[in-house]
Order: sequence, then C-alpha cells, then structure tokens
Amino acid sequence: MTSASPTTYRLLGGRIPYIEGPLKVTGRAEYTDDIQRPGMLVGRLLRSPWPHARLRSIDTSAARALPGVFAVLTGEKYPTPFGVLPITHDETAIAVGKARYIGDIIAAVAAADERTAERALSLIQVDVEPLPEYSDPRMGVTPVTEPIHARGLLGSNIQKEVVQHFGNVDAAFAHAAHSVRVRGNFAGVTHAFTEPMATIAEATPDGRLTVWSATQVPHYLHRALSEVLGWPMHRIRVIKPEVGGGFGGKSDPLPHEIVCAALSIETGRPVKILFDREDVFYTNHGRHPTQNDVRIAADADGRILGYDIEALIDGGAWSSFGTVTTYYNGVLAMGPYRVPNFRYRGRRVYTTKPPSGAMRAHGGTNIRYSVEVALDMLAEKLALDPFELRSRNALPPNSKTVNEFRITSTSFLKCLEAAREKSGWDAKFRQLPYGRGVGLGCGFYISGSNSPIHFTPKMPQSTVHLKVDMDGGIAVHSMQADIGQGSNTLLAAIVAEVLGVDLDRVHVQRVDSDVSPVDLGSYSSRVTFMMGNAARAAAEELRAKLVAAAGSLLERDPETLEVAHERIQEKGHPEHGVSFLEALHRAMESTGALTASGSYNSRPMGGAFKGARAGTAPAYSFAAYVAEVEVDDETGEYRVLKIWAAFDCGRALNRLAVEGQIEGSIHMGLGQVMAESMNYRGARLFNPSLLEYKIPMPQQMPEVEILLVGDDDPEGPFGAKEAGEGPLIATLPAVGNALYDAVGVRFTDLPITPDKVLKGIDLRRHEGRSWKGR
Amino acid sequence: MPPLDLLRFRLNGQPVEVACESPRVLLDLVREDLNLTGTKRGCDLGTCGCCTVLLDGRPTLSCLTLARLVEGHEVTTIEGVTPPNGLSPVQRAFVEHGATQCGFCTPGFVVTATALLRDVPHPSRAEIERAISGNLCRCTGYRKIVDAIEATGRETGR
Repeated sequence: MTSASPTTYRLLGGRIPYIEGPLKVTGRAEYTDDIQRPGMLVGRLLRSPWPHARLRSIDTSAARALPGVFAVLTGEKYPTPFGVLPITHDETAIAVGKARYIGDIIAAVAAADERTAERALSLIQVDVEPLPEYSDPRMGVTPVTEPIHARGLLGSNIQKEVVQHFGNVDAAFAHAAHSVRVRGNFAGVTHAFTEPMATIAEATPDGRLTVWSATQVPHYLHRALSEVLGWPMHRIRVIKPEVGGGFGGKSDPLPHEIVCAALSIETGRPVKILFDREDVFYTNHGRHPTQNDVRIAADADGRILGYDIEALIDGGAWSSFGTVTTYYNGVLAMGPYRVPNFRYRGRRVYTTKPPSGAMRAHGGTNIRYSVEVALDMLAEKLALDPFELRSRNALPPNSKTVNEFRITSTSFLKCLEAAREKSGWDAKFRQLPYGRGVGLGCGFYISGSNSPIHFTPKMPQSTVHLKVDMDGGIAVHSMQADIGQGSNTLLAAIVAEVLGVDLDRVHVQRVDSDVSPVDLGSYSSRVTFMMGNAARAAAEELRAKLVAAAGSLLERDPETLEVAHERIQEKGHPEHGVSFLEALHRAMESTGALTASGSYNSRPMGGAFKGARAGTAPAYSFAAYVAEVEVDDETGEYRVLKIWAAFDCGRALNRLAVEGQIEGSIHMGLGQVMAESMNYRGARLFNPSLLEYKIPMPQQMPEVEILLVGDDDPEGPFGAKEAGEGPLIATLPAVGNALYDAVGVRFTDLPITPDKVLKGIDLRRHEGRSWKGR
Repeated sequence: MPPLDLLRFRLNGQPVEVACESPRVLLDLVREDLNLTGTKRGCDLGTCGCCTVLLDGRPTLSCLTLARLVEGHEVTTIEGVTPPNGLSPVQRAFVEHGATQCGFCTPGFVVTATALLRDVPHPSRAEIERAISGNLCRCTGYRKIVDAIEATGRETGR
C-alpha cells in the first residue's frame, strides 16, 4: 500500500526493524528476572484462599523464628491506600482488615532462598471470619450485608455509576422507523503476556531505594512507592528493564511491587519477587466480564437517531482503572458514527474476584461488539448493505460528537472502501454457500488519553531529553516504556529523521527515573502520538544548534541551510556543506556536549459536564475489518479464513511495527471472540494456567491483509496516530457478523465456542428459521 | 537439604561438571546455577515454550526436564545456537521480519526454529506452524514468526 500523503521521509514510513531485535533474538535482552544483585533475598507472598474474609489475627511468630527468614510483613505496617487513579485509592500493599478475593496478598516473607520462604509462608497462622462471597455483579447493585469496600455506593458494591444523556433519546426512539437491540454477555479475558511479573528492590545505606520492575508505567509506580512507603520521590529510583509484554496488565502500580520495596527496606538487602503463572492469573487486571444492553434507533434511510445503552461491569476486588472503564463502555460506543442522541447508564460493581482493569482496547471492545452486531441487524432490517449503512453514518473529519469529542482526522470512509473492495465483499455477502460467511466490523479508539491521571504538579504528558557529545552518539532519555511495541525504535527513528543521521548514532537509554524525564508510559495508546511529538521537538531544538554551527563554518545564514543525510548543506547547493560531526564539533566548542529537551502536552478539550474528559483524545484511530469464516455445522467448530484489516493510524511511521500491532491485535481479538475466558465457579477462578486458558494456536491464525489508508493527522508526529489498541476492536464483531452470514445465528455471548455455535444452529432449526433470510 | 548429584554433560559444545540438587529441573540449572539467562521462565508448567532448549538436538521444555536426566547428554541453549559474532540466519530473519516484539518468547522460538531448519531445510508454512505450536507468542499473532522461518528456509542453501 502507498501512503495517502505526498511527503516522504528518509526513515519514517519505511520498515524499521526493532533496534533491540538483535538482543532479543539472542537471549541477551535483560528482563527483570535476569538481574542478580549481591546478597539478594527471595520474596514470597501468602495469598488468601478465601474470597472474602475478615482477618481476625495473623500469627507470624513461627515464620519469623525459622532460620533463613529475614522479614515477615503483614498489612498494618504500610496501610496507606493506593491505586492507579487518585480518586479511587482502595488497595493496600498487603490486605488490612480483610481479604477480598482468592489471591489477595495477606502476608509477605523475605528469606535466604525459595524453599525457606515457602516453608515460612506455611508457618503463618491466619484466623479469619468468612464473609459473604459476591461473585456476580448483580448481587451487589443493591445494599448488601457486608460491602466489599466501605466506599461502595450507598452500602452496595457499586464502585462507579455513570449516567449520561445527550439530546433526547426517548424522542429519537419514538420517531424512529426502526430499532434494534442486542444484549451482550462477555466473559472476562486476561492479558497472558509471556513474562510473569517480576520486581527487584534494593534499599541501600545511602538512604535510597532502587526498584527494577516489569512495568508499563514507571512514573505511576514511582508515585505509588513514594505514597505508600512515605519516602520522597527523589530518594526512590525506578528502573524499567525490558518488559515481556503488558497489554495493560502491567500498567497499574501493583501491590507486590510495593511489598518488594518494603521487604528490602525491612531487611536492608536486595529482594526479588518473581511471579509464577498462577500469581499472574490471580493478579489479573484483565478485561472486565460485562453484560451490556444496546438499543439503536434509526430513520427509514438507516441514519442513526440514537443509542440507549446500559452496561453492568464486573470489577473484581479493586477499582483499578474502573472509573475510566465505566465511562468508556458508554462513550466509546459512538464513533466512528454520528449519533445525535445518546443515553448511557453504566455500573461497575465490586465482586470478590481477581480485579479487572485495563486490557488492550480498554473499555472499547465489549460495547463495540454489541453495537456492530446491532448495526448488522439494522442493515438487514433495512435491506441495506452493512457497508452502505456505515457510510451513511460516518463522522466527518473536523467534527464533534454529541458528547463533545473533537474529531480531527478520520479516514473511516477510506477504510470502508478498502475493506469492501479488497475482500470481494459484493460477490460474497449473503451469497456464499451455507457454512461460509463474511462479516463487517468497525471501530475507533483514542490516540492517547487527553487527561493525564495525575494533575499535580502540572507538567507535560511526555518529555524527551537528548545529549550528544564529541563521539557523535546521541543519547535519548525518556520515561516512555517500550513493552515490545517498538516505541524505542520509533523514538530513535524520529530523532534520526530530524537530524538526518543514521539510526545507529541514536542510543535510547533504559528508563531510569534518576535520568529519564517523565513520560506517562505505555497505556491509552498514547506513546507514538505524545512521545513522538516530544521527540520531534527535542530533535528540532538540537538541529537548530547544529545548523547554526554549520552556518558559522560555512559563513552562511542558517536559514539558507538544510539537513541532509549525515550532513548539513546549503539549499540548492548541496556541494556547500559540512558533515554532521563537523557541525557538532563547532557547536560544542564552548559548551561541551549539546543537550536539548522537547515536550508534548495535548490542548484542553471536552465539554463542561461531569465526566466530560473521559474518552477525549487529541486524535482517534479508525478501522473497518472484514472476516471470512467457515463453520462445520456438525461440530460447531469454525475457522477464520482471512481478515481484511483496513486501518487509519494516520501515517504509519514504522510499517513493520504497525503491521505487527495489527496482526497481534487480531490474534488477541480472535482469542476473545473464539475461545478465551476466565472461568469462575462462584468466586473461584478455575483455569489459572496457559493450558486451560485457551489462546489461539499458530494454526488458528488466519491470513491477514493489512490496508493502511490513513491520511496524515494534523497534530500527530509526522501525521501519525495510534496503532496499538484500536486494531483489536473490529476483529470481534467482524467474526460475529461473519458467523451470522454463514449459519444465520446471532451470537451475543462471548466467547463463541463450538458448543454455542451448535446450540445456536439447533435452536434456529428448531424454530424453523431459515438462514440468510432466504 | 535434598541430595546433590554430580552431573556431567555437554552444554553448548563444552563439557560441564556441576553439583545439582536431585529434584532440580533443567531450567533452574541453566538459568540460576549456570547463569545462562537467555532461556526464559514463562510458566514452569510446560505450557508456554519460553524455556525451550535442545536436548541432543531435540526441542525440549527445560522446565519439565529433571536436570539429572541430562547426565551424559548434550544440551544446547539459545546461547549455544548464537554465533560468537553476529546472528544466525534465522536470528537475522527474526529481526528483519519483525518476528520479535516483547522478545520474551523469542529465544524459545529461535531454538525451536533452529532444530526445524536443521531437519527440514525448506519447511512449508504448515510444517512451521506445527513445529512452533508448543511456543506461545502473545505479541505477534505468529504471522511474522512463520514468515521469518519460511524466509530463512528459502534463502539458505537451496
């Protein structure tokens, strides 16, 4: 595919292999568990086997007396509550007073070795009073005898309720020619990154604390450590080694990270806490189990008149990002369409289950499935092609949604055109033989949350520092967190692009809060957009210094000069020029090493009502996917044969990375729609392993045709928008709608496993309904 | 303390003699005792393939292999399939094709792919998919991994 925009760049827009690739393919990349510190102790956590219990007493005397045990901690020592959102601090490092889910941390041990630590845990005596288990959010919407948290709404377990109404939904439905309704049910799913969480903490005699951790957001971890430990931030140093995947699961500051630091402070020794796979599953923070109810009203031409949406969201034991989740399950239902009237009631309810949180395409996935299935139903009612229905409702560029999201660039119509044409839709839809079908799913997603989570002190969302010394190597510092998505590579490429130098001059430094300026890390698909703009600003500042120096060497006005490959030269006279190093050495004659700093902050946006900022972003990505499926109606098994993925990420700055994000997103989306499920019996998780939690195999991954059709975004760096999360969303409804085309059954209970397919087909036959309306 | 075994085996082409607790698994021996950290620990249950090593040339889950069973055998880790300078053809292909994202699963895939390409120099996509089906990657959706292995087969020695 060619880019829709005329300008081309030397590096950006090409296929740039990840700069740390050679280290990763040889096993030389350093992850947290690869780090050894002298005299390091083993930290272990005692987890609650009770879903909800009052902790009457915890006797740690036998554990403390065991030789080789250096410290035993319980909750009282560090009771300061924390949480990723400042408005919902409801976690403690170790449970205080009661345990709230199976897996909640109730004590911690630091010992000389693993065996001693395990033995010490077994010697801790916990006396509890069991409390009611609340495993279903419906059990918590009214006042309960023992609320999971005191902050639940009016004595219930409701953590957050959002009620929004724009326009007049009742009038819209009253005047509607058609309305459709989908009631969706979504099992929880989890990130299942391959690297289990790991943290090392080392308190040293100089009064400092260093924490290495597998985290997506080093800055929020830094703040949480400071708050809970009561140490000023400047005495704490947070280092992010390579991170083996996150997908949102390593974006909250997690209790074990604080416990690890506390154990090191207690013992004066380095301590490592390494999770096993069960720890990872119980820590969860995955996508919320959700029930939603979507009603859509439309006029006789298929123009959307209004949405009326309810969502009941199972939060698990803590708030995590849940307030944001509750808003997103409503507000992210609107784009890419114009929706003039909108009503939403969302409730996120605490349950005594592992906490749900942010997972790739957070808050935008489950509701999108129901909306896109509803639109498929609407198209059928109107005898209108699903593409045509979407085209008629597309939000135009430079518009506003009814809840005042600012839409700038959108190439959604181009996405629709590309997906329709490349998939051969017109020859397939409702025309393939029984058991075979195509479906359309669309989506949009924020390209960086406009609202930082913390408002004090005021500071940019991203800052990048550059330093170049006489060797000509450019050190780049920023707290942006590469978790595998390729942000280090993009950072280096932007700097190299602006300065005209080769990529191997640019050295992206490991995140280290002592030297990295704050960037808010990897969540909300913010990194390319925000870090990219900050990097560009920093590199332009450095370029100005180099061009000025070149001007003095060449005795030319800097305005007449331009940057070329490894060179600064006169515009129109490339023979008049100096090398990058010559310009650098002139520039640093009196100052030594050159430095530069760039930052990015999005502008204020959003309406004046409560919750108006939720979902506002400086740009949005758009998607239109077609899936083709083949169903075996005897077994209910099905294969996704191919996905045509038309995506608008503005200009794709690193095609290799964008393709990787889209293919990986599709794999993860297929997992949720086809198979993945956190299976609970009551509050007990029944499948906390990668054997029983079913992730699609290589053989189940379909062919993917990627269609990058985005126009340059006016505010994105070099025209770019996000490509890390949005590409997941459209996958699910494309498959769901393709299954309907194949066998004539609407599936609204995810995952759509073969048994459900079979039941659906049987029920349709039993009711005497035909398929494909024929 | 559990009894110690004295183990003699070949590791990445060199003879090794090491005292090892009887119940210890090969992953712990390699990562913790011998400090070869390229082999990754993802699940300890044989479900992710991050810990794959070659045992007498065959891809083997080191987290499920008792260390004492390698007595007299040949173990090759990611460090052993990496040339002293630079990258092997399949490693280079992984970099060029974007077959590694977070990189945590990558050593296991490279080890598996190295054995496959030795036995089947020009594997089909189906053969590649079957060979890597014991390795979990949560980042790439596998397509670029299959591309990289397929390209290595195409480009070497046909």
